[in-house]
This record gives sequence, C-alpha cells and structure tokens, in this order.
Amino acid sequence: MLMPINWVKDYVEIDMDIRELADKLTMTGSKVEEVITLRENISNVVVGRIISVEQHPNADKLVVCNVDVGTEVIQIVTGASNVAPGQLVPVALHGAKLPGGVTIKKGKLRGVESHGMMCSGEELELKDSDYPGAEVDGILILQEEYPLGMDIKEALDLNGQVVDLEITSNRPDCLSMVGMAREIAVSTGKSWRMPKIDVMPSIGNVKDELQVVVENPDLCPRYIARIVKDVKIGPSPQWMRRRLAAAGIRPINNIVDITNYVMLELGQPMHAFDYDKIEGRKIVVRTAKPGESIVTLDDKQRSLTPDMLVIADASKPIAVAGVMGGANSEISADTKHIVFESALFNGTSVRLTSKALGLRSESSSRFEKGLDINMTLTAIDRAVQLVQELGAGTVVEGRIDVLNASTDNRKLTAKWNRINQLLGLNLTADEIADILNDLGLETSVDGESITTLVPTYRNDIEGEADLAEEVARIYGYDRIPMTLMEGSAAKGIRTENQKLVDSIKLALTGMGMYEVITYSFTSPRVYESIGITVDMVPETVRIANPLGEDQSIMRTTLMPNILEVLSRNYNRRIESCSIFEINPVFLPKALPLTDLPDEVLTLAMGEYGDGVDFYTLKGKIEALISLLGLSKRTDYQKAVHPALHPGRTAEVLVDGKSAGIFGEVHPRTAENYELNTRVIMAELNLQALLENADTVRKYKALPKYPAVTRDLAFIVEKRIQAAQILDLICKGGGNILEEVSLFDIYEGSQIPEGCKSMAYSLTYRASDRTLTDDEVNRAHQRIIGLLEEELNARLR
Amino acid sequence: MRDKLEQIKRKAMEAMDSLNNLDQLEEFRVKTLGKKGELTLVLREMGKLPPEERPVIGQLANEIRSYLENELSKKTAELKNAALEKRLAEEAIDVTVPGKVPALGKLHPVTKVLNELKDIFLGMGFDVAEGPEVEWDSYNFEALNIPKNHPARDVQDTFYINENILLRTHTSPVQIRTMLKKKPPIKVICPGRVYRSDAIDATHSPIFHQIEGLVVDKNITMGDLKGVLDVFAKQVFGPETKTKFRPHHFPFTEPSAEVDVTCAICHGSGCRVCSYTGWIEILGAGMVHPKVLAYCGIDPQEYSGFAFGMGLDRITNLKYGIDDIRLLFENDIRFLKQF
Ligand SMILES: [Zn+2]
Repeated sequence: MLMPINWVKDYVEIDMDIRELADKLTMTGSKVEEVITLRENISNVVVGRIISVEQHPNADKLVVCNVDVGTEVIQIVTGASNVAPGQLVPVALHGAKLPGGVTIKKGKLRGVESHGMMCSGEELELKDSDYPGAEVDGILILQEEYPLGMDIKEALDLNGQVVDLEITSNRPDCLSMVGMAREIAVSTGKSWRMPKIDVMPSIGNVKDELQVVVENPDLCPRYIARIVKDVKIGPSPQWMRRRLAAAGIRPINNIVDITNYVMLELGQPMHAFDYDKIEGRKIVVRTAKPGESIVTLDDKQRSLTPDMLVIADASKPIAVAGVMGGANSEISADTKHIVFESALFNGTSVRLTSKALGLRSESSSRFEKGLDINMTLTAIDRAVQLVQELGAGTVVEGRIDVLNASTDNRKLTAKWNRINQLLGLNLTADEIADILNDLGLETSVDGESITTLVPTYRNDIEGEADLAEEVARIYGYDRIPMTLMEGSAAKGIRTENQKLVDSIKLALTGMGMYEVITYSFTSPRVYESIGITVDMVPETVRIANPLGEDQSIMRTTLMPNILEVLSRNYNRRIESCSIFEINPVFLPKALPLTDLPDEVLTLAMGEYGDGVDFYTLKGKIEALISLLGLSKRTDYQKAVHPALHPGRTAEVLVDGKSAGIFGEVHPRTAENYELNTRVIMAELNLQALLENADTVRKYKALPKYPAVTRDLAFIVEKRIQAAQILDLICKGGGNILEEVSLFDIYEGSQIPEGCKSMAYSLTYRASDRTLTDDEVNRAHQRIIGLLEEELNARLR
Repeated sequence: MRDKLEQIKRKAMEAMDSLNNLDQLEEFRVKTLGKKGELTLVLREMGKLPPEERPVIGQLANEIRSYLENELSKKTAELKNAALEKRLAEEAIDVTVPGKVPALGKLHPVTKVLNELKDIFLGMGFDVAEGPEVEWDSYNFEALNIPKNHPARDVQDTFYINENILLRTHTSPVQIRTMLKKKPPIKVICPGRVYRSDAIDATHSPIFHQIEGLVVDKNITMGDLKGVLDVFAKQVFGPETKTKFRPHHFPFTEPSAEVDVTCAICHGSGCRVCSYTGWIEILGAGMVHPKVLAYCGIDPQEYSGFAFGMGLDRITNLKYGIDDIRLLFENDIRFLKQF
C-alpha cells in the first residue's frame, strides 16, 4: 500500500525522519518496502514574475523577457507565445535539474544572453491533475499568487514522500490512512485522531426515495445507502487529486474520487450508483439468478452464477457485490442523482466470486480480508460530508442502514502472565495493559486475568497468542532476550535409514558418481521414450492443475530423468558422466486416488564414457550391496526391460525378490535421448534394500592356519553362465573352500568355436588345522568332476 | 708359517682396496676366508707345527681372520651404501608431473548444504523427521489453521491431485504428523522437497527444498526461538552474523516473525545481493498457533512451541553465490563439480 506522508499527517503527528519512521514501522509489523521521494528529479526551479516581454532582435519566433525571481531580475529568451508581463511562471535557474536528467545552464540564444528557462507543465512532468492547465501548450502560467523565488515544488505542493508498505493479510485495518496513523502513533508514542465528520443538516428523507432489501444477511451483514441529489459532476479539487495520485489511484471525477478517497482514508470500499438508472428505486442484495450476467465497469461481460452475491435493482444486477460496479448504473457526465453504498460483505464470498470471475479490485482485495462493521457508517457519512465540502451536490437527509450483525466490541479474557510465558518476558500486568490500550484494545487487569474489548476493526485478534503478538511487536521483538531451551546440549538422532542413505550417497560419490536432483513430476509421454508401450504404461498419480502436460504426472521411474541428465551433458560435449539420484517414485495403490500413493525411495544410476561398460556399473552395485551387508543374499539374473539391451540386462534379487534392474541402455532408447554412445543405467528399489539391510557387524577371528591356493582353467560352451559355474565350484569345494575369484574369460584362438575359457583362483583353508595336500586335492578333484559332468567342461 | 699368515694378511689388504663391487667382494671372501680359502688351507697345516707353537699361531690366525672379516664387512657396507646412493640418484623423478587422480564424485550442492544444516540442528538436539510429498489437504492446510477458502491458499499456489490430496506446499505437514504421533517434548527438523505452481525462472522453481523445525514442550518461549535461530545463523554464515526478527503473519504461528541475517557478502554495509540493506531475509518463524497444537491433541494451555522454515535452495544459492535456481536442477557436471 502507498501511504503519502502528507496525507497521513492529517491524522497523526510525525516529527522524525521518514526513514527512521520506516524502520520503526517495519519493526512493529508494517513492513516498509520503499520510501519514495516525489519529484526528486526537479531542483532549483522557482516562482518568477515576468516584468517585460520584447521581440528578439535576431529571431522572429523568439522573445526576450525580464523575470523577477525574488533575489534578482534575470533575462530569459523563450520561444513560447503565451507569455505576458505580470504573469507568474516556474523559472529554472542556472544549474536547475528537470525530469529526464536535463540540466539548465545559462547561455546565448541567437546572440542574446539567457540566464535560465521558463518551464512548461510538460517539462516539469505535471498533469492537469497536479495543476489545472499543466497540459496546456506553452509556459505554465500560475493562477494563484506565490512569493517570488519560492521553490516551485513547495508552491505547487509537489513535494512529499510516499511510503510503500507491505501489509500482511491479517491486518486489513492497516490498509488506510487512519489505520496507519494508529500504527504510527503507537510505534512512535504519539496520539492519532479520526477526521472530524459532521454532515450539515440537509433536505428530504432518503426513505422516501429508495428501498433496500438484503436477501442474504449472512453474505451481507450490513448495507448502508445515502442519496445525493443534483450532483455537479466535474473534476475534484487539486488537493484530493494529488493525494489519490500519490496513493496510486487515478483521479476520475469528483464523485468517484470521493469514494476512492474515503476508501483510502478509512479503509472502507464505497460505491456510487446513478440513482436514475436503478429500476424500481429499489436495491436488492441477493445471489445471482441462473443465467444472469452483467457488464462490469471495465466493459467486460461477466456470467454470474447463483453462488455470487450481487447488488440488483428491481429487475437486474447492477453491481457484483464488493467486487465491481456495473456499467448499467455507472456515474457519467449526465448523472443527476446518486446513491452511495457503504456495506460489509462476507470476505470468503467476495474472494470466491472475484476468483471465479478472474476479477480482482481494490475493493475485493479489502473485503476478502474481513472489514469493520462499524466503519461502514463512518465512511458513508464521510462521503456525504465531502460532497458538501466540495459543493458537489445536495445530500438527502438520513440513511438506510440494514444491519444484521452485532456492532459490539468482543470481550476477550486471558491470563496475562501466559503472555510473558509465551514471549520469554517479565512484563507487569500494567505494562501489558498499557500496550494493548495504546492499540485501541481497551484492557483492564483483574488479578491474574486481563480483559480486553477487541474493537470491530481487529477481527484477527481471537486469543491469548494474538494478544501476545500485539504486546511483542509493540514492546519490540528485538528486546526479547535470546535464550536456549533445556536439552539444547543433547544430540539429535538420525534414524538407521537416514544414516544408511547418507552413507550410500557418500559411497557412490567415492566411486566417482555425481549426485543429481531432478523434478519429480514429468510428462506422460516419457514411457514411450523409454520403450514402454501404451498397454504397459503403469498407473500414475496425475496432477489436476499442472503447469503443463509435460509436468502433469508424478514419476513412477527415475530412468527418464537419468537419461535426460546424461543426454544434456553428452550434448554439451562432456566426455564422461556418472550420476545417481535418490528420490521417491509415486505408485498409486488404486485409481482414482482415495489414499496417498506409495512413495518408494529409489536409487537410479547412469553412466557413459571411456571404459564404462555393464560391469563397471555392476561393480558399483555389488559394492553397494556389500555396504548394505546383502552380498550373500543377492543374486543377479538375466532379465528384460524395454529401455535396456535385451542381451545386457540383469535383475538384482535379494532373497529371491526383485530389488531392481540394470543394464546397457537399448540403442533405440539411447537414440530417443540423443545419446550416441553406450550408456549403462540402473534403477534399484532402495526402500527394499534398506528394509533388508544388515549392517550389524561382528568380529571374526583372523585365520590362524595357512591357506592353499589353486588355479583352475577350463573350457565351456559360451552359453554357460558364471553363476552356474560358481554354484558347482562351491558345491564341490565344500566348507574348506574359502574364496573363489574369476580372473580371466577368454575367447578366440586355441578355443573352439562357441566356447570360452574361464580361469578361477580358488583358496582353501580350514579354521582349525593346516590342510593336507590330500584334502585339498580331493576337494579340487570333486570340483573338476562336477564341472566335467554337469557342464561338459574340459580342463586346460 | 707366521710369515705365510702375515703374507696372506698383507695380500688380502692390498686386494681388498681394489675391489669395487659386491660380487667381487664375495668372491674374495670365499677365496680368502672360505672353507677352501687361503687362510683355512694354511691353518690345516697347523698339525705339522710343534705343539708349543700351535696356540701362538692359532691365536695369530684368529686375529687375522677376525681382522679381515671386520675389514670385509666395513667394505661391504661401503659398497652397499654406494650402490643404494646410485640407485636413488637414478630413480629421481619429476615430482611436478600431475598425480593419478582417482575418480571422485560429488554430492549435489543442495544435499551438501542440507547435511550442514542437519548437523547443526542435530547438534542442538533436533531429530530428523520425514513425510510424504503427496499429502492430505488436511495435513497441509487445515491442521495448520488454513481452512478451505482461506486466502492463504491462493498465495500458496497449490498443485492438487484431487479435492483431498495435493503436493505438499511446505514440509509443515511433517510437523503435524510428528505431533499426532508423539507427545511433547518434540524437537525435530523436517527437510524435504515441496511444490508450488510457480512458473520456472531464475528465482522460482515449482519444486524446491525446505527445512523446517519444530519444538514443543512446557515453557517454550519466543526467546528460545530467537536463541536457536541465532545460533543456527552464526553456524551457517559465520560467528559475526546477526539476526533480526521482524513481526510478520503466518496462519500457523502466532506471534510470527520474518528473520533477516546480516548479508554474508558485505557484512551489513550494503551490496547488490542484499539490495543495499545489509540484511537478507532467510527464515519465517513463530510460536506454534494454539489452534495447530489443539488440532494435534496437544493442550495449548500446558504446552507451547515454536516453528521455523527456510528455503534450502535459496540458502544454497546464497552460500555459493549461485544466481539462477535452474542450475540446481539442470545437473550439468561442470556445475556439480564445483561444490
Ligand atoms: Zn550485502
């Protein structure tokens, strides 16, 4: 909200620097965004009187003037034709600054010296609303007398500062000059006052001219109307227009300006109807009928629905209640009589209507926060008072006031020491009551209790905590001493899963992988891009109001995100890339969603680059499985996934149950992501791995007896898998076989077509004795026998 | 015989001087002192001597043997030392050639900052709580004193799944879940990703990360809130950091505050980052609203609490001087390598 200092000074004394005031307001809860100084770009321009005007000796279109600027008479050459002796004009002296960064210097014009410049309204960036006649072509001729030499900004009241405030949604009472005057007064220790409102006795009786019916009192607790006859529509006076403009509202005409002026001054939105356009001399506050519509003041046709509150006449809507007036009852140059409306509408109703119509106004944004039921009355009287002051029409005696709610202050009782307890302060009951009283919250102390009468403009104050906030902000948040509650020296605890995830992340970075973070909503089309056919697309959680179709479902797989990041890096010519992400996927239990989806923590990995192949990623997975203590319970088996190479894909099985899949990315998928290189990718169900993780470690005595190592090389058919061989070796080796490692796989010369050579190193050891050659030989022979028998292996 | 021995000694001494490698030295040792060496051969003839001379000659022979052995081992040590010196000289390398760097990845900067913040709060006794990202409307809003049709819902720009389910707009529902599950004392932080339907630009992302904190117990005061956040700010931004608490409004806390910290770039003197104010707003905070406590079955007359929340991405950007939030989600390796 824009608060012109000169305006708010009508209601409160301000005797400090505005920036200091701004800091004080910020610290008491009215946050100052900016202090704007008006007309900062004009300096050294003064009032001068033209003494003489003579023709320029060398130029037909120029004249030479002598101008009295108070301290001296200076000679000025001008091309303007509207100058005459005796006129008062703005004079930019030598060194003056004008809007647009212009600096005036003395010089010669066609050989004649000129010591300054007389200014037009345009050169001073003035509009007619700033000063009548400012938009006239030529020099600005001042209509009133001012002392010669007076600064033009002071003379025309162009000075001033405007404070831009961010008012929080709970304080609609601060969205007005008197509301801020109240805050300024409490923040600076001054007193504040309401404008003096007296309406002069006037003619007739409003009740003879108009009838008001409120059909929905819950949506309109109070509706007040007054009538002004024989209005003279015209511009409002300069002071009013200047204040409106400084507060960011465009002046229109005296009647509209009065409604806006009252809104800004008191915080109560007002509306004026053209009385002659109200059919049946009847105002009905009701919900819209099916099919009704209205053209609003912004000339847009609006369809109304039966949950919207409207102001209607005998037959049709003439305004959307609290949001905007209708064009059909608008004040125009021909308007003779008017009806002023000052009402209280239900905030939620106004908000929903404004939202449904896509139409927000100064009025709607105030009503939706909840306004003061008593201010409606003050405001309408203020409006007709201004009509009288401005001589804008004849006020009809009396008001129509349809009141359907209490106008009393609410009584609130609290334990005053609870306020101290919440804040960590030690104020006395009287200190607390003083602060509240200063805020207009009439408070009395009774033993352990305080009782507060909450005024109707403070609907936000409901309980102890609200009173505590009032006390705290006026006492000063900065004066509350910093403390640390008990137990602050104890150390917090991470859950086992949190610890494991942290160590997994560290382990993966230790293996050269970078952690990435990607968006968890995605396009429904990603399935196609990873080769999943329409009939195989899983059920997804769909966002009802996504930013776009591309971000409309919650992901069920991280694979597309991993591919996207790899692709981005690949296409930025990054030679190699190894990444992982740990985040949940979202799996609906059933659609439509009636319960929250399962959020399954997932680890996805991907890499490309020199030396990267299936086994480099598999190695990382094995290391991870080992970190989780799952090596003995984990198997890898050939598998199929549409995104992956059919011959280079494996499933990870923990206790025989799938815990993820990995493999080389299918060339078609890679192509979809513009990855012209081999890419390896994994997606593991981290949740399942964490649930199975066995991180309890126990010391096992180091071996006391020596080991015997034997190598074993043989030829088998290519289709035989290492896992089958390993099984047989373990079976044959029995419990003295301590370790098996595959150290070579070879195909090529000396190996028959369709076969491969496999070389293993076997370690035998017993924990209780030194093995004899004989024992080892027997075990080794058993293994060889099994391999020959079951796999047709031939020793090399 | 005595002469023979003396002669062996003399010859041996002369020969030894000319030896310059370990092999020759060993050869010499065998030749002179070995089982078939000269000295041994001489001693074999001892039997031919008269008995009275034997001890004298025997002693002399032993003296010569031990003398020669001693000389020999001195010489061996000398030669070994020379050989080692030579090898060391030959093996000298260019130590300025770059090392063989093992591939090492990095955590995402948001994770790094999160870990740092977690450690600070763990150190102050906070546990870490987590909750779902797809959340009940009631936990995300109603429990937090934001009923249906409350204006604050517009401000939050919520992604809805349906009438009752949404993408959480803050991690506050985790606070609610914690309070519903556990009775005070409660002391948790709730980190996580949150969603708001903001269009993507340099300072907005529809998905971002928050870390919130909650303390509920008997006698928890706003002074405690100030104290905890002041300690926090000093640990994150340095011991000189000051905090400023300004009154604000949130539906779920009362009193509420916005918290500024002195600008870490200019230390309060004013710069572009802090819009020349010397302060940067990083936190929202306040005393837990009694309605929120009551919703969770905690008696607001008996207990009080405070809560705070901040944007992790914003703090990450401030800490590292990152000027575009989109970089955090783009995952360019050249970006990720920097942290
Ligand atoms: Zn700064």
